[in-house]
Amino acid sequence: MADFDFNVIWSSLPFLWQGLQLSLWLTFLSIIGGIVLGTLLALARLSGILPLSLIAATYVNLIRSVPLILVIFWFYFLVPLVLGRPIGSFYSALIAFVLFEAAYYSEIMRAGIQSVKRGQIHAGQSTGLNYWQIQRYVVLPQAFRNMIPILVTQGIILFQDTSLVFVVSLRDFMTASSIVARTEGRLVEMYLFAAVVYFVICFSGSMLVRSLKSRMST
Amino acid sequence: MISIENISKWYGDFRVLSNCTTSVRKGEVVVVCGPSGSGKSTLIKCVNGLEPVQEGKITVDGDEVTAKRANLTALRSRIGMVFQHFELYPHMSVLENLCLAQEKVLGRGRKEAVVRAEKLLTRVGMEDHAKKYPSQLSGGQQQRIAIARSLAMDPIAMLFDEPTSALDPEMIKEVLDVMIELAQEGMTMMVVTHEMGFARKVADRVIFMDEGAIVEDRPTNDFFDNPESERAEDFLSKILGH
Amino acid sequence: MNYNWNWAVLFEEQYLSWLISGFGWTVSVALSAWCIALVIGALVGVGKTVPNRVIRAVSATYVEIFRNVPLLVQMFIWYFAVPELLPDDWGRWMKRDMPNPEFVTAVIALALYTASRIAEQVRAGIETVPPGLTSAATAHGLSVSQTYRYVLLPISFRMIVPPLTSEFLTVFKNSSLALTIGLLELTAQSQQIAEYTFQGFEAFTAATVIYVCIALVATGLMQLLEKYTRIPGYVGTEG
Repeated sequence: MADFDFNVIWSSLPFLWQGLQLSLWLTFLSIIGGIVLGTLLALARLSGILPLSLIAATYVNLIRSVPLILVIFWFYFLVPLVLGRPIGSFYSALIAFVLFEAAYYSEIMRAGIQSVKRGQIHAGQSTGLNYWQIQRYVVLPQAFRNMIPILVTQGIILFQDTSLVFVVSLRDFMTASSIVARTEGRLVEMYLFAAVVYFVICFSGSMLVRSLKSRMST
Repeated sequence: MISIENISKWYGDFRVLSNCTTSVRKGEVVVVCGPSGSGKSTLIKCVNGLEPVQEGKITVDGDEVTAKRANLTALRSRIGMVFQHFELYPHMSVLENLCLAQEKVLGRGRKEAVVRAEKLLTRVGMEDHAKKYPSQLSGGQQQRIAIARSLAMDPIAMLFDEPTSALDPEMIKEVLDVMIELAQEGMTMMVVTHEMGFARKVADRVIFMDEGAIVEDRPTNDFFDNPESERAEDFLSKILGH
Repeated sequence: MNYNWNWAVLFEEQYLSWLISGFGWTVSVALSAWCIALVIGALVGVGKTVPNRVIRAVSATYVEIFRNVPLLVQMFIWYFAVPELLPDDWGRWMKRDMPNPEFVTAVIALALYTASRIAEQVRAGIETVPPGLTSAATAHGLSVSQTYRYVLLPISFRMIVPPLTSEFLTVFKNSSLALTIGLLELTAQSQQIAEYTFQGFEAFTAATVIYVCIALVATGLMQLLEKYTRIPGYVGTEG
């Protein structure tokens, strides 16, 4: 361990910070998009309308059987082809993440919706609320609350997943670290530093989940 | 007001209701009792269409509940229902619980809904708890609020599905008192309960069910003084015996 | 959408052999990593529940470290950093003489990462066993290790078969990260075919179909296992 130079980190901090911002921004947008689309998928799956639930189930199971990297490759290839013009790698990645994570969020929301007791739906029905009103005011708020710890955990996983945009050279924190590592020839320092940064962020996240869980169980 | 004609219901092969026929007139209080698993809760849930039936016909105030294209939401908004486990919305305050359907179903304005809610909370003796959440209240208090929540919709009839069976003994009275008051004011009520004291005091008729069928359907005093069937006699002796 | 379809490209000898070899690497990496991960994961998971405080702390630290750093970073650390951090002789051996370095590194990284996730499942499984059973075992005079061996582990392992199924699928999916250190597994091969032939649609479809088949087979296997190990009437195991 004689000649390691950790100054390289200090001098490339602004560059790395830009990458980290991209990672966090991508995470944030993907969580929002993933939860919205995932909730719709879960509602479709539990709707009792056969074609709708079948389509949703097929989509979820298909996405859950393939690796995220393959999905990223798919959309880098597909999005410009479908739209007829390139829209930049950030948006291609964002679309891939939203569509990929929605499958996972839909399973969480499905469990959340099912965790709301049947009597609550009966109570809504007996006062004349319609299907959408019951979902909107009675079921989904409770489903979200019950699932908050798992939703946050999935958010942490999603943040880790964003590092995979490395495969298409989108300049997130991982790609930025790797660029510095190669150009400065400081692989060891940079990858250890990346590990520490990811660890601190994700570990804080898991602590948050833990305190949420204990607060909810009391 | 409520008429039930020859309804039958199956869960798969299991028949939970067989050929039940009865009716409730305006202003009448009818108590439904029977051993557990006799189908009494299922019967009452069929009245406002929470449970579908496979055979027979139910009409409420002239509207057919069992019709294929029945407008159930409109119909349900006119019949109040109180549940065994209260089913207050845990993520809303007491006041919001009372206002939700008033605003979303009846289209009342916020102000009007709040005024109505506060009036009903006072009536059930819960006016000091409007800001609290259901989990901060006792079972008896929650059930009184659930009754107020139903009343807020100005129902033409009220259904009660074992409203006191999830309560500790010392809380049963406070809920029954509210129900007795309601009955004496002339509310049309159909009540599934084991509280025979309540039945004796306010019920006009008692329906006794066993194994999915209506075994007896008679004026209250007749039912208690000389039950016709052995099963009803058996049931009464068990439930009044201790 | 302007696109020239050419599904036949997948069956040209060169590209077909790429797909087959990619499939082979994916399965090899995933299965090797899975076996190692099961052993380490079970040990660490048990470690998180034992009375001994030191073992508990070590196990918990393991889980937190490996779970909270992205697999990609771990892969790079094993591949680029570890040989530099080891004593010179070992590092030189890893860089020059170790056979199949990409494969070995990918397996190690994937195994240790997956183990942390399995450990959490094992711990959760053990914690769902009612404490009364542990008391009963202790009251019968069983030692700590006997309690684990005869009571806790047999019950909890059956409970965690369903969550393990999804971990088993995940290990196949995560094996795709091996492409970042140059192992030409299935995803990498499909990407390479797309680049060579410009038939991205066909190449990615082929990879997708193969992954779906792997998932179906893996799910089927785990369901068999679940059926075989089910305890009659025990809560939480109904399928």
